[in-house]
Amino acid sequence: MNSETLIKIENIILQRGGSTVLDIREFQVQQGRILALIGPNGAGKSTLLLMLAGLLKPRQGKLYFQGRPVENRADLAILRRNAAVVFQEPLLLNSSVFENVALGLKFRRLKNEEIRKSVQSALDYFGISQLAKRSAKTLSGGEAKRVSLARAFAIKPQIILLDEAFNSLDPPSRETIIDDLKRILEETKITAVLASHDREETLRLAQDVSVMNSGKIVQSGKTAEIFNQPDSEFVANFVGTESILEGTVKSSNVGLMQITVAGKSIEAVGDFLPGQNVYCCLRPENVTVSNYTHGKMSARNIFEAKVSKIVRQGFFYKLTLDCGFPLVAYITIPSYEDLGIAKGGTVIASFKATAVHVIRREK
Amino acid sequence: MELIVQGIIKAFQLIISFDPEVLGITWLSLKISGTATFISLFIGISLGTAVALTNFYGKRLVISLINTGMGLPPVVVGLFVTIMIWRNGPLGFLEILYTPYAMIIAQAIIATPIVMGISLAAIQNLSPNLRLQILSLGASRLQMVWVLIKEARLPLLAAVMAGFGGVISEVGASIMVGGNIKGYSRVLTTATVMETGKGNFDIAIALSIILLLLAFLVNLILTQIQQRQHPR
Repeated sequence: MNSETLIKIENIILQRGGSTVLDIREFQVQQGRILALIGPNGAGKSTLLLMLAGLLKPRQGKLYFQGRPVENRADLAILRRNAAVVFQEPLLLNSSVFENVALGLKFRRLKNEEIRKSVQSALDYFGISQLAKRSAKTLSGGEAKRVSLARAFAIKPQIILLDEAFNSLDPPSRETIIDDLKRILEETKITAVLASHDREETLRLAQDVSVMNSGKIVQSGKTAEIFNQPDSEFVANFVGTESILEGTVKSSNVGLMQITVAGKSIEAVGDFLPGQNVYCCLRPENVTVSNYTHGKMSARNIFEAKVSKIVRQGFFYKLTLDCGFPLVAYITIPSYEDLGIAKGGTVIASFKATAVHVIRREK
Repeated sequence: MELIVQGIIKAFQLIISFDPEVLGITWLSLKISGTATFISLFIGISLGTAVALTNFYGKRLVISLINTGMGLPPVVVGLFVTIMIWRNGPLGFLEILYTPYAMIIAQAIIATPIVMGISLAAIQNLSPNLRLQILSLGASRLQMVWVLIKEARLPLLAAVMAGFGGVISEVGASIMVGGNIKGYSRVLTTATVMETGKGNFDIAIALSIILLLLAFLVNLILTQIQQRQHPR
């Protein structure tokens, strides 16, 4: 991992109309990484993005870009020139696609030939060179989003900031745009920060996650770490209780995959190619706990597990199981008593191959 | 009824025969109102955009005042300008009362709030994030403002039409500060008022038709530009 810090903020406090919008002691983005800012509406994700883009000047606290403090207008202008924001709305101008993608390059007063080349390669990246001459206002939602992404990439920014950029898209175009973006970010090695409240989007794109709540960053870490080891109730509730397991597809046959997770093999429905890195997501209500293994079961995944944590949650127990990988299961109070479950005890955890939700993951 | 028919016939005779006096009046009308509109565009678009893009204490009051100004009664403007440029007035030394210059000033004062109000609304109507988007692509403040004005060009063309329409048809201020002097400061509206007063309805009708045609032609051209740019 390249651990060079591209952008860093320290002790930022931002108030608006008497209430605190941002209150961040420390936050940083590493060069070449993709970081997701997740949190509920009004948590301050967009405000933080605008600050990272140099569009909002911190009055209190410090902002560093490439190791240098951003203090005056000139510093802010440098940051602004090296950052590009993509908003939820495509915000295209009423002109041709080409003109739209060329916008940032024209602000930089580049030569026409240079502009033409950069626009062409940005359009190619997003597979929309055939749209170059079209009027931007006649595009579909997905096409418009691609144009706004191409416009941001055309200026070859150091960092790209995506503010709920995929929210208003229909599911199929959303999928392909996220895939394309992922590929392009990897190829160009551009650092990215995305504000999102979508779990799947976060899992698919981000390597690091910071969770925000009422202007504060409440937890930061690697993506799987945040989802599996939330360190507060707020984060736990926000990321959900699904177990998120990092794995690699071993084999795939007629829609049934063998996925290696922590040295064990999980069966799941899907058709990713062998070698593909994935997340296996499993809801706790889909995990069955028992204390015997004889007899046949339709569940394809059966593991011996150690009970590492027991929490009573109203009318059921939440068990954290260790099968070599962490797994969360819900069981009712009668089952809990019948099975005589105790912390440190051994049980059998099982779940169906159809209950595993598999999401593509990059390294 | 005969009066109207005669009037219309006479009007077409005057128009078709390129009557030099009618032609002169028409040309002067276009020149004065065109210049006044041009000045009002310059002031109105820049101030309207500035108000739209800045936040300051009392902004709402300013916007209300601009919107009120869009309905400024021409006679009030006429009175105000007359007092200002009256021989003993504060700007009396300019000696422009009863000249086309005075008319241009009065008409520009009438059209400016109209253009300003429409520009203000047009710029405010753009998504607030658009400004941030343009800045984030590396625009300077000036480049950002220019892109916004270009983006609002369709409603801004409406501002041109409204401004021009307002002053070409205005009579009160023109007669007060221009004096309706034959061959010098007589325009279509002031001439129509005078001919009607004298009972020369045929000429008055002819002048009215020309006025309507003029307004129609100018708007037709502007609408063509506007609709051609408009996305289908």
